[in-house]
Amino acid sequence: MFVVLRDLLRYNGEFLAGILMTGVVVAMALLSFVSPYPPLDQFVAPMDVPPSAAHWFGTTSRGQDLFWLLTYSIRNTLAFGLLVAILSRILSLSIGLLAGYRGGWVDRVLMSINDTFIVIPLFPILVLFYFVMRDNMSWVMLAVLTALLGWSYDARLIRSVALSLRHREFTQTAVFSGMRTHEILSREHLPFVLPIVFSTSLNNMNWSIGLEVTLAVLGFTDINRPSVGGMIYWANQHSAVVAGVWWWIAFPVGLVVMLFIGLYLLAISMNEYIDPRSRLERGGGRKE
Amino acid sequence: MRAYARYAFGRFLQFLLVVFIGINIAYIITHATPIDPVEHTVSVATAFGHTAPEAIESMRQSLRELYGLTGSPIEQYLNFWRRVLVADFGPSLSAFPSPVSTLIGRAIPWTVGLLGVATILTWIIGNLLGGLAGYYRRSRLLKGFGIVAMALHPMPYYIAAIILLIVFGYLWPILPISGGSQMNVARGWSSEYILSVARHSMLPLLSLLLVGLGGWFVGMRSLVSNVVTEDYVVYAELAGVSKRRILTAYVMRNAIAPQVTGLAISLGHVFSGALITERVFGYPGIGSLLVDGVHAGDYSLVLGVTTVSIVGVSLAVLVIDLIYPLIDPRVTVS
Repeated sequence: MFVVLRDLLRYNGEFLAGILMTGVVVAMALLSFVSPYPPLDQFVAPMDVPPSAAHWFGTTSRGQDLFWLLTYSIRNTLAFGLLVAILSRILSLSIGLLAGYRGGWVDRVLMSINDTFIVIPLFPILVLFYFVMRDNMSWVMLAVLTALLGWSYDARLIRSVALSLRHREFTQTAVFSGMRTHEILSREHLPFVLPIVFSTSLNNMNWSIGLEVTLAVLGFTDINRPSVGGMIYWANQHSAVVAGVWWWIAFPVGLVVMLFIGLYLLAISMNEYIDPRSRLERGGGRKE
Repeated sequence: MRAYARYAFGRFLQFLLVVFIGINIAYIITHATPIDPVEHTVSVATAFGHTAPEAIESMRQSLRELYGLTGSPIEQYLNFWRRVLVADFGPSLSAFPSPVSTLIGRAIPWTVGLLGVATILTWIIGNLLGGLAGYYRRSRLLKGFGIVAMALHPMPYYIAAIILLIVFGYLWPILPISGGSQMNVARGWSSEYILSVARHSMLPLLSLLLVGLGGWFVGMRSLVSNVVTEDYVVYAELAGVSKRRILTAYVMRNAIAPQVTGLAISLGHVFSGALITERVFGYPGIGSLLVDGVHAGDYSLVLGVTTVSIVGVSLAVLVIDLIYPLIDPRVTVS
């Protein structure tokens, strides 16, 4: 584990950059626990103050300190991404592994359903969901729905790996020693797909956070729960750019862009590490 | 030919499945909510001032019909499908009495035009540059482009659009930031109108392009760098086939097939992105229609846009699937 980390840090610039960027964002989120202001309080600071020593990122037109508000927002946004990633992992793992292991008609049926979910455009469906739920919609419900609709891409990837495990000798041994399907999948096949699960979950987080930010910016989530998209929504409501309160938009956008690039760099550097050919090309070699 | 017919039939069944599951999701979402949309609308409408009980009752009745909540659950379900199949979503509440299908029909050409041009341009440019970058691995220029494309790629469409909006709207205002065409230009096939439409579509197009390029670029680059090491490419090089010919006819030709499949897979995502981009730039497509519909509480409009989107995207995927054998003839053999 530490050897892997050391290798990655030494030979993979993308990994280092990704770790740094994601680290800054996570640190920001952790700072929310020591925030001097409760997240929902308004008019606790002077309004529209540009970034200064007292208010690092300035203040909003609603009298909130932008820095501390942002710590809560990014925490909530990260929590959303994590929840979607975890829930959709459960779905994509069980469906991908099962389809790959069973093959035949099980595979065909599951993959037809899978391809369906890949094609269906999600944004209008989430908007429809908001339209029906209105104020009753909580972020957990949105996360569950996003996970229900967003497992398919990774399930296909997991299936393609599981497909190759199916005819390996240890699978036969497991079958003959009387293990049941779910035991084979969870104990024998799961370890093989975990590396790609890890890198795809980072991409999945990126995707779901992007969706949440977009919905929140349009005001289609619970706008009173601080989130990065919600901050941009309120800034737009107060015409922040026209009024010259540029920091209200710039800092949330900057932070979330940092998160996107950080997670993406982590995901691709991990992908490269999983693929031995490209790892050798970097001259890193394997030390284990 | 028979093999193609079998392949096409399979893809068509898949298309039907997508539409079936998609419409069912829409049905479940609209019917399995804990809050009654009718009571909600009635309570909002009657919140202020006095309304006669009979008026409320007749309003409730017509809303129930509109939301398809009359009759037994099976009747409701069949009714829902009937409305989808004949594309009749009733009159729009916010633009009464225009039917929803007229509103959507008016908006669709904008969306299809913007999305079509953006998708095709992104795909071609991204794959071309990615292919070159995979083949000429030492080129500084292409490496630099790769870094830029990779930084833009994970951006959600909204963020890219709003950054362009701020740059070209406030900092360096050279392009129109809102609308589909200039207000005072008459519609028609005049050069002035077409030019105005093109100018207005620049920024939405650019933001779709910037976000989309990276994915194709990175994918094609790694595909090409894999193909380049194949024996037949080495053989062709040794036999003295010109570099240009190797790149186009040997390397790119084989790397392009997965990218066509990728296009079909990513279409839903790109479509969602286009809806948001339209909204940011006030482009008169169905994305703006959808968001306006939500703000106006226009149920039939929102439902109409959602179902049209599902059918439209799966239809586009079907078309890509049907022409796919031209690029990779192997699929019709196995």
